Amino acid sequence: MNKEIFSEKAFKLILKGTGIVIFMIPALLLVTLIVQSVPAVRAYGAGFIFRQTWDPVREIYGALPFLAGTLVTSFLALILAFPFSFSVALILSEYLKEGTAAAIVKSAVELLAGIPSVIYGFWGLLVLVPLIRKLELAAGIPPYGVSILAASIILAIMIIPYASTIAREVMSMIPPDIKEAAYSLGGTHWEVQRKVVIPTSYSGIFAGVLLALGRALGETMAVTMVIGNTNKLFSNIFEPGNTMASVIANEFTEAVSDLYLSSLIELGLLLFIVTALINFIGRLIIKRFEVKGAGE
Amino acid sequence: MSIKTEKPLLQLNNLSAYFHDKRILKDVNFSVENSKVVSIMGPSGCGKTTLIRCVNRMHEMSPGGTAAGSILLDGEDLNQLNTITVRRKIGMVFQRPNPFPTMTIYENVIAGYLLNGIKIPKKLSLEIVEDSLSKAALWDEVKDSLNKKGTYLSGGQQQRLCIARALAMNPEILLLDEPTSALDPKATSRIEELVVQLKKNVTILMVTHNIAQAARVSDDTAFMYLGELVEYGSTKEMFTVPKDKRTEEYLTGKFG
Amino acid sequence: MDTVYLKRILEDEKAIRQRILKNNLSGVIITFISSLVVVPLVLILAYLLINGISSINFDFITQLPKPVGEAGGGIVNAIAGSAIIVFLALVLSVPPAVFGGIYLSEYPDSKLSALVRFSNEILQGTPSIVIGIFAWVLVVVPMGHFSAFSGSVALGIMLIPIVLKATEETLKRIPPELREAAASMGVPYHRVILKVVVPTGLKGIVNGILLGATRISGETAPLLFTAFGSPFMNLHAGKPMSSLPLVIYNYATSPYDEWHKLAWGASLLLILAVFGINMLARIFVSKQGGGTQ
Ligand SMILES: Nc1ncnc2c1ncn2[C@@H]1O[C@H](COP(=O)(O)OP(=O)(O)OP(=O)(O)O)[C@@H](O)[C@H]1O
Ligand SMILES: [Mg+2]
Repeated sequence: MNKEIFSEKAFKLILKGTGIVIFMIPALLLVTLIVQSVPAVRAYGAGFIFRQTWDPVREIYGALPFLAGTLVTSFLALILAFPFSFSVALILSEYLKEGTAAAIVKSAVELLAGIPSVIYGFWGLLVLVPLIRKLELAAGIPPYGVSILAASIILAIMIIPYASTIAREVMSMIPPDIKEAAYSLGGTHWEVQRKVVIPTSYSGIFAGVLLALGRALGETMAVTMVIGNTNKLFSNIFEPGNTMASVIANEFTEAVSDLYLSSLIELGLLLFIVTALINFIGRLIIKRFEVKGAGE
Repeated sequence: MSIKTEKPLLQLNNLSAYFHDKRILKDVNFSVENSKVVSIMGPSGCGKTTLIRCVNRMHEMSPGGTAAGSILLDGEDLNQLNTITVRRKIGMVFQRPNPFPTMTIYENVIAGYLLNGIKIPKKLSLEIVEDSLSKAALWDEVKDSLNKKGTYLSGGQQQRLCIARALAMNPEILLLDEPTSALDPKATSRIEELVVQLKKNVTILMVTHNIAQAARVSDDTAFMYLGELVEYGSTKEMFTVPKDKRTEEYLTGKFG
Repeated sequence: MDTVYLKRILEDEKAIRQRILKNNLSGVIITFISSLVVVPLVLILAYLLINGISSINFDFITQLPKPVGEAGGGIVNAIAGSAIIVFLALVLSVPPAVFGGIYLSEYPDSKLSALVRFSNEILQGTPSIVIGIFAWVLVVVPMGHFSAFSGSVALGIMLIPIVLKATEETLKRIPPELREAAASMGVPYHRVILKVVVPTGLKGIVNGILLGATRISGETAPLLFTAFGSPFMNLHAGKPMSSLPLVIYNYATSPYDEWHKLAWGASLLLILAVFGINMLARIFVSKQGGGTQ
């Protein structure tokens, strides 16, 4: 009996201990990144973010080209992905609950979600990039091919499954009796979506956009492979560039000096803080939405 | 051939309903005259909700929901009309109050118009709102807070708001699916009074589990059992001398 | 009230026809736009199949890579490496993740639970490249060199949130009567959990683990400066090791056609593995009917 009580206590302790360890991981991650970034922060302070030059040879590190690359690719991808994600969510949640079209779209989205990032990148590099290059030649602009645009398109394809899944979840949280009421008043499918479902899920859809943005910001491999990896600030989306994630992927193993390494890690720190914030806010909105939707 | 003036408002002919292959309603036949309150009773799962959802053609929206037979409104086959018209003429109120959470009280009343994109002059919409809320016996309580969200109201008030919302479309028939089952006794009796008053304007089909409620408000009663219409007739008669044994057992609380 | 006017606008046949038309049109447009997502999928899979099949042969899965210029060669080292790294990641992360999930379902309202949930969400949203840096600082720097083990640590950290969430969700849905019944027979708490609750939810937990495995087996970024890659056959977790995603990346970004061919083959292999495990998870879930989903 004594032994049982002991093992029971030990078991509870293990459970709690595991909880504490898991809770500590992101905290430790944050501390690690901060500590490792200290040399870069000491050297540049806030100027790190605003400086345009990234020159390992002269040991000058400024993150502006990568910040710009990350923001522009992510937002462009969001804009490109939005109509598709939104339509997919509508199709799956209401328009065609049953039927082959819905089934095909559903499996397509699931399969897209399962394709590894590096394969997207490879495909983009060998199929999409040459295509863009041809278009650029035809349009008479420098035919880089690898570009901010290529990265945005690949990113857009990659976030469609994620964004549409969240949007669908949000729409399915709306109490069905509200939709029923709208139909009972003679509303058509379209009118019920337009005037009841979408207005009721505004905040949830916004959260979905935020979470998709969080995804896009941190996406590394596919972007790295098609963006062209230049550390010069791009002046339009047909030029090559780099994102925070892609420059880390590219240069981390080559970083010989401490300051170089520390600057790359500071990029990682910025990326972590921004994505964590975005995720936190997005999840919070969805949780509120869930409570509101299920309540009454 | 019966005489024209006696033509019933609503007539169900051999109505059967299915969920996928499962037959839920079995050849239901009955007709409802103008300005009557008809209650629909029967044990849980016997198909009452399915029946009234067939009447405004909401049943066919449920996954796997199909129907056979015909329903005539003023002699016109509902299947020949589009669902927009059917649902305009036949309003519905649900078991749980469900005002639109994003809309104000005012907007909730004219939700049918907003939803359907029907533009009406401000003056007319004000009239519709006052008229419908008065008919639903809610006007006095909310006339000073028309711009508040509908979800601020109490459960009973919300349910009357939903009735007003249905009335605003000027329906010929109002379907009520256990409209008081989510309400407290006081709110329930207000709805019951309201139903009795409303029959001046609209014919009512009301599903209820409450035998006393059916006795208080309805002129006629339909008793259903396992998807069949067992007995249909004057409420008073049925409650005093039920013709079918199953009706009698239900009314005396043997099952259900 | 002008009821005649009201009746007229409510019964305006033309307006109703227009509304129905608008509804049908919007349905067609939405269906059309959303079915466009099939296009990239078909294109990607078609390229993979066409280019991949021709490079997969017996040598491909049994030989080591050849130096540039020499034809042939295979990626057996990457196949073995992927298997080892992913397996080790599972070994490292599944126990804490499952215990963490049990903790959350057992003490759903404790302060620590709120913190763990918060951490888990943060972890889930953390970019994989950042986790790569973390594992580099944590393992590679102290060891002084790249290693498969450090790659497994990185992938393991990515796996924790997935498995933990799956465990919590599954266990939450197990009816409390079950454990009450066991507890009422005098079974001690830890046995109730380990012998009754967890086995009942096993299906959901295993499903979560398999889905997590598909996620990490395609990950490249966190391996770049942990497992690093190696052209040799290495089965020692303490040394640099190749993996499928790493060879795809290295060969894909190389200028040689020969290597591109290998990358197509490796991509096809990887996607077959990912979809295969996915399928396995589904079959597993549907086989064992009942219980939780
Ligand atoms: N969406 C559905 N899919 C399949 N079967 C259904 C569905 N909805 C209801 N049913 C079945 O149809 C039958 C009739 O259901 P219905 O809701 O009409 O009963 P009811 O008389 O209104 O019951 P209650 O008094 O509980 O509201 C039941 O056996 C039920 O299981
Ligand atoms: Mg019912």
